Amino acid sequence: MATTTHDQPRAGERTGDIEYPDRPEGPISAAIIAAGVGALALGILTTLAEASTSVADALEWSERVGPLSGKTILAVVVWLAVWGVLYAVYRNRRLETRTALIIALVLIALGVLGTFPKFFQLFAAE
Amino acid sequence: MSFTNREWWALIHGMVLGALFLLAFAGGLAGLYSLRPELVTSAGVVERMRRLKIGVVAMAVIAWLTVITGTWIVYPWYREETPGSAKSRLLARSSTADWHNFAMEWKEHIAWISPILATTVAFIVLYYGTNLIRHDRVRRTAILLFVLAFVFAGIAGALGAFITKVAPVR
Repeated sequence: MATTTHDQPRAGERTGDIEYPDRPEGPISAAIIAAGVGALALGILTTLAEASTSVADALEWSERVGPLSGKTILAVVVWLAVWGVLYAVYRNRRLETRTALIIALVLIALGVLGTFPKFFQLFAAE
Repeated sequence: MSFTNREWWALIHGMVLGALFLLAFAGGLAGLYSLRPELVTSAGVVERMRRLKIGVVAMAVIAWLTVITGTWIVYPWYREETPGSAKSRLLARSSTADWHNFAMEWKEHIAWISPILATTVAFIVLYYGTNLIRHDRVRRTAILLFVLAFVFAGIAGALGAFITKVAPVR
């Protein structure tokens, strides 16, 4: 995988009119992993709501929208909360985005699986 | 020749925001792709970064508006428990039931992953700024997440268009 080379400017350098502020990758990695967690949360909530009518009822925060209201709001809350925590943990660290991306892609894949009807309908409550 | 209130909202959700989303994606992708040392000059980078920031933030905002209008305005009309609702019409016949049981069920969920990813890319661009020019791996990561956001929105959009063709919200 391509990374920075000696021909390219380094963090904190300035070439011509372009400034490259020295910023760690940690916050980027935190955001990427949090996105994966958000997708996974949506997948888990979708499958749980299908598997249990009590969960579906509990997620029906709006009568007009149905359980989708709770599923989506809760997934967004989980995403933002995890992002906030990971940001605080990694804000000054140089955690490589490569690792974060791999983690996020796995989580996103699981999240998509959880939202896939042919999958979550396997757990449909009787 | 007029639209009902519901048809207007379905148009705004599907076509107006959909078209803007496509525009923002195209602009953002071109901006991210061209953000390479050999393609940028000192004079051009300021303007390019400004356009890129506008593009990715616009895509994130539009993605949120799309899922919010879809879920909270159009979807309740779709799922009304009346014989004339789109959901009832689809489920009334076995030949169209899968448009709800598969297409709508997937669309209504997977669409929400798109704004999460688009927001992540917007954050990366705003936070890292010109560093994306020198740090190819982060730039490629942003491109991948940006494309994934588009793919998920595309799946939801395409399914929505098909469903609307079979049973429009009235």
